[in-house]
Amino acid sequence: MDRKTIDLWVGVFMLMGFVALLFLAFKVGNLGSERNSATYTVEARFENIGGLKLKAPVKVAGVLVGRVTDIRLDGKKFQAVATLSLDKRFDFPKDTSASILTSGLLGEVYIGLEAGGDDKNLAQGDKISLTQSAVVLERLIGQFLFSKAAEGPDQPAAKK
Amino acid sequence: MAVTTGATLLFANSCTLCHAPEKNLVNPIDPTPAPDAPNFVDIDNVNFSYGKRPILKGITLKVPKGKVVAIMGGSGCGKTTLLQLIGGQLKAGSGRVMVDGQDVGKLDREALYAMRRKMGMLFQFGALFTDMTVFDNIAFQLREHANLPEDMIRDLVLMKLNAVGLRGTANLFPSELSGGMARRVALARAVALDPALIMYDEPFAGLDPISLAVVGKTIRRLNDALGATSIVVTHDIIESLQIVDYLYFVSDGRIIGQGTPDEIRASTEPFIKQFVHAEMDGPVPFHYPAGNYADDLGILRTLKSPVQPGVSP
Amino acid sequence: MIRGIQNIGARGIETVWRIGAMGRFFLLVLAHSGMSFRRIGLTIREIYFSGVMSLVIIMVSGLFVGMVLGLQGYETLQKYGAEETMGVLVALSLVRELGPVVTGLLFASRAGSAITAEIGLMKATEQLKAMDMMAIDPVARVVAPRFWAGVVSLPLLAMMFSAMGIFGGYIVAVLYVGTDPGVFWSNMQAAVDFRYDVWNGIIKSIAFGFAVSVIATFEGFDAAPTAEGVSRATTRTVVTSALTILAIDLVLTAFMLRDV
Repeated sequence: MDRKTIDLWVGVFMLMGFVALLFLAFKVGNLGSERNSATYTVEARFENIGGLKLKAPVKVAGVLVGRVTDIRLDGKKFQAVATLSLDKRFDFPKDTSASILTSGLLGEVYIGLEAGGDDKNLAQGDKISLTQSAVVLERLIGQFLFSKAAEGPDQPAAKK
Repeated sequence: MAVTTGATLLFANSCTLCHAPEKNLVNPIDPTPAPDAPNFVDIDNVNFSYGKRPILKGITLKVPKGKVVAIMGGSGCGKTTLLQLIGGQLKAGSGRVMVDGQDVGKLDREALYAMRRKMGMLFQFGALFTDMTVFDNIAFQLREHANLPEDMIRDLVLMKLNAVGLRGTANLFPSELSGGMARRVALARAVALDPALIMYDEPFAGLDPISLAVVGKTIRRLNDALGATSIVVTHDIIESLQIVDYLYFVSDGRIIGQGTPDEIRASTEPFIKQFVHAEMDGPVPFHYPAGNYADDLGILRTLKSPVQPGVSP
Repeated sequence: MIRGIQNIGARGIETVWRIGAMGRFFLLVLAHSGMSFRRIGLTIREIYFSGVMSLVIIMVSGLFVGMVLGLQGYETLQKYGAEETMGVLVALSLVRELGPVVTGLLFASRAGSAITAEIGLMKATEQLKAMDMMAIDPVARVVAPRFWAGVVSLPLLAMMFSAMGIFGGYIVAVLYVGTDPGVFWSNMQAAVDFRYDVWNGIIKSIAFGFAVSVIATFEGFDAAPTAEGVSRATTRTVVTSALTILAIDLVLTAFMLRDV
């Protein structure tokens, strides 16, 4: 077992390890698809963020354009403040609206943006003023029951 | 290195080690002992205990420069402990262990390592590095401590091997050597850096008569050629009397006898006499302490039996 | 009865003592690590014996584990019509947990016990003492390179295990089940996050590397200098490494899941 053979094999070993790392990072994982682009951040306030989590996607027309990088509570107004990190390649008008949506019935929660028509674009640190909070299931059921109850007295009359 | 005349008898250019111009050359071995230390090793009233068990009790022992001294005694009486104290692997409980004018117990790690570069030790079973060839074993110290070019190292290693008659085994592995050969290779390794003090831990144990004689004569020749000081720990009295300049007898942690080979041979001191003449019984008793023999055998004491009761403790 | 309790107490105290001794040993090895980096050849040699020699067992095991995961996962997932997520199952299981843990266990059994036996044997035949008497620090020359070799090898082996496992899952998914390769990879990429999954797995394997290397070198260095002592030490290395890996895994997983 001479030095040259050992050095060669150790070199091969480290190389294989490195290749495995690259494989895991790029082919298996999502490195490279997101990290490279530069980003700018904007804020959005919601009454209720529902199941929104950190690193949740921000999508426009279903296409990923950024991630949620921070979620905190405004202690004075009791609103949720979400910080969105958007890809610098995309500009959005200042009156863009942000809604909290769910992909599929039981899928993950994300923020969907709908572009407005303003001339000026969102810049670093701007606030999105038009927001729609998450749909809370209990409220939905409550609304449904309420609306049903509101309709209720008419029905017997219609049936006659 | 080996500055004395007569060095040329065995291996010629050991001097190159101290004249090598390489930087990084650790100033390893200056065999000239400090001028004000006539004894290379001076053990002064040393006590050592292993936990609660006292091993050495007030040992005083001197090893003059350039001499071969034997430390003899029965098994387990602390002879190896003495070597470990001299080498700095153990610290004495009290007393001083002076080697070449320095108190070994007080040295810090760096100074201790510097001191050890002046020493060579032959371990009882050789303790050769099993994952290297014989050549690499001997070259080990040369490569680690002295920054010499490989061809110089090659020459030095072959010379050391030649001195013990095993130049042909250079490319073998320790597992391929016989016990006696391994011991001799370890000897060559112990003197690889031409040390000023060479210590031998049971160098004769388990050797056949031929190897025994070879090792014994080599110890003497090496000591004289290198101008070194040697300490041989052994219980082989016959070989020791032939090669050493002075002997110490240790029993039960104390020095109970010392002298030149002639003095020892003529000694009437009971322990020494028993040792030298290999007598079965004497100060070192034959019987391990036990109860009354008759009682052990269950023979009633009242019976007047022709069988004599055994030795009582 | 009292004896039994005394025994347990004594064993407990001894375990705590050993952990302390191992901690001190770890610091000792760190302090003497200069030579491992200055004379990198020593460490490279040990990486060969610990890492390269473990390649075959790691990669073959990885392949098998990945394929088994694929088969088992398929069996259950197809009941929910979710066969296409089998790749995700295999990848996440491997990268987060099985890669580091199984590699750690295999490494401890193969390389760890070999390191313990080597060092223990050198101790039993007084080679370490001889080296010390030659003014060469045995910890720096013999122990530290083996320690760092283990620290370096284990994470690399874990990544290779995971990679081979995913390949095994690919074989089952695409060749056996018939999933479309594109779907296989894109589902996987969507679900596996580098920072959260892959990187956490790497951190785990680095932690395991340190743990196994400390345990293996300590047990060897501390072994009783007899044949029996060495054999007991190698057994202890494997057992202690296994328990330690699983314990560290629990702690790290709990920590890492908190991020969510």
